[in-house]
Amino acid sequence: MPEISFANVSKKFGSILALDRVSFDVEDGEYLCVLGPTGSGKSTLLRLIAGLLRPDHGSIYFGNKQVNNVDAQDRNAVYVPQQYALFPHLTVLENVAFGPLARDNAESVALEKARATLEMVRLSSRASAYPGELSGGMQQRVALARGLASGAGLLLLDEPLGALDARLRLDLRHKLRELVKQSGFTAIHVTHDRDEAMSVADHIMVLRNGRILDYGTPNRVYTRPTGIFVTNMIGGANFFEGVVESTSEKAAIVRISGGIMAHSPPELFTANEPTILAVRKEKVRISNSNPELDNVVSGEVREVRFLGSSREYLVRLTNGDVVVSRQFQEGPESAFKVGEKVFVGFEQIDITPFPYPPEGLRKELEVV
Amino acid sequence: MPKLDLVGISKQYGKIEALDNVSLHINNKEYVCIIGPSGCGKSTLIKCIAGIIQPDQGQILIDDQPVNTLLIEDRKIGYVFQDIALFPHMTVRENLAYGLTVRGTKSGQIATVTNEMLDLISMRERSKSLPLELSGGAQQKVAVARAIATGSYLFLLDEPLGALDALVRAELRYELKRLASDLGLTIIHVTHDQEEALSIADRLVVMKRGRIVEIGKPADIYFSPKTLFAENFVGETNLLEGRVVEVGEGSTVVEIGGQRITVPDHGRKEGDRVVVSIRPESIALAPSTRLGPKMWSGKVDQVTFLGSITRYRVTIEDGVELVAHVPVTSEKEFDVGESVDLLVDQVKHMLLFDYPAEGLEREIALE
Repeated sequence: MPEISFANVSKKFGSILALDRVSFDVEDGEYLCVLGPTGSGKSTLLRLIAGLLRPDHGSIYFGNKQVNNVDAQDRNAVYVPQQYALFPHLTVLENVAFGPLARDNAESVALEKARATLEMVRLSSRASAYPGELSGGMQQRVALARGLASGAGLLLLDEPLGALDARLRLDLRHKLRELVKQSGFTAIHVTHDRDEAMSVADHIMVLRNGRILDYGTPNRVYTRPTGIFVTNMIGGANFFEGVVESTSEKAAIVRISGGIMAHSPPELFTANEPTILAVRKEKVRISNSNPELDNVVSGEVREVRFLGSSREYLVRLTNGDVVVSRQFQEGPESAFKVGEKVFVGFEQIDITPFPYPPEGLRKELEVV
Repeated sequence: MPKLDLVGISKQYGKIEALDNVSLHINNKEYVCIIGPSGCGKSTLIKCIAGIIQPDQGQILIDDQPVNTLLIEDRKIGYVFQDIALFPHMTVRENLAYGLTVRGTKSGQIATVTNEMLDLISMRERSKSLPLELSGGAQQKVAVARAIATGSYLFLLDEPLGALDALVRAELRYELKRLASDLGLTIIHVTHDQEEALSIADRLVVMKRGRIVEIGKPADIYFSPKTLFAENFVGETNLLEGRVVEVGEGSTVVEIGGQRITVPDHGRKEGDRVVVSIRPESIALAPSTRLGPKMWSGKVDQVTFLGSITRYRVTIEDGVELVAHVPVTSEKEFDVGESVDLLVDQVKHMLLFDYPAEGLEREIALE
């Protein structure tokens, strides 16, 4: 039995359609990440579940009960907003103990729960501080701890790590998933950071302009995304515009600009159809000698981007296109230098073909 | 052409030492990123350079001229910060022209410069838009171009991409870098995002508790930092406490939780307390039946698919956890509960540090 269901839910603010006929289910104990750019409707979705907004159309169910008109406090859900509102006159510990106390736990039980939760978010040493004495990142963790300790079954998190430094965010996201799982929460977590979403979620929902573009496990959404926008949102890729020359059972031959022919998986295609071929950056191999791959082109290294654990090589092809190849496990020296002539290539199986978007590639990729 | 020198800058707020004797030389046309956890003093430092905060001690020199006593507007510094501060009632073009108009530049000259700026950020077709009609990323581009239009060559960027979506941030940082190198600007860019800093900086400055702990090229700081703090701060890593049990030529044997590993190293003594650092991407996993050299055996207790890599958390025999990042392209995948061998390319990817005097936790604390 799914714990939460949306059936054709729409929400308007004035003339802006924030959510447009959205339907999905969240199972009991599931960790769902809602990923989308600013303005995609993800916070609206969370506030609808919290009961802070009412849908204009459609139904929201908790179990088999329609909750459209159930007040926020009667939903057994705790909402941790982006703008965390801690009680300024209570200590960190008291803030976190507030939920358990409100649920009629004995004071000792509530404080014990609060202490344990503070330990998990690494704030034990600041238990007796007041919120005003803490950094923004610490306050955000207190708000998170308060949610975790609240005793509600459903945790609604709006950018819960958004105020933290990148390095701390990295440390805490895996911790956050563990906490949620250990405590048996159902969690819905809104973020615009795809690495964060991939790290914590059982399922990822990709939203754009109030619509669900994709919904699946991180693995499925990454390896078989439903569209170009999702591909770009979840990890990025090389996108080649082309026209199908011919198709056979084994492959489609696609002419991309500059007369380069690509061997692509045959599905989807008919001859003369415009198309977009997506190839993940890490699937593009780069070498000095011609590699034995289905698709190989030569080019020149234009730029090397050092990312710590990996490097990205931007290679300009003879047709002027730039192909990005991502390489892991290199040492302090980059394997290829700017100006070097190289071959880049990828296997047919690593291409994901998409129909050409009606408004063009650039428009399709736009993040507004 | 602007080069910048900071000599012994200190600043106190009450008892808190926000900046403690900071000295730094920045070359003309250099792109420097300052990183460090919140509260490390990076924003205070940049505000001192801008003239928004007066340091208690020390000198700030631009092209060898002391500027401590100069007002903000006389330092010829461009300043862009996180909160996008465009005039909401002015179009993109009017925003770009504002600084020049205030300085009494001739209108013909203003039009020329403004057009140049629009081309620079590829936004000529949006010149009549109001800021709120643009995306956050586009607004921040206009803010940067507006700063450039004033004719400054020295720029202070304080978390310029901080308010933007992850996807936009990642694209825009390369555009910033391109603008800087095309125009020959000197840039000091403060960020809390290590990847942003690693990917665009000519040099990185790592700060901690009001001090500079390390300065160097991104790859040098990532692969061979001098401090444990920098090693941990610029990327994920596994830190293992141990003790030196044998000293060889160019290598040291360290005992960690009952197991001995050999680490390339010099100048250690038997009995020294040390910390070994191994980055997750340097650890390879193999089925435990594998013969030959291995570092540890362990059991997989968590598997997270991250797209191009899989993150494995492995408990090694004595209960210590290690994180390994394995490219998804590798032939073998492992499941939770599976026994594995951990392999490390020792020469490249293991670093040895003295056990910090103030303790490991305090040394690597992020706040």
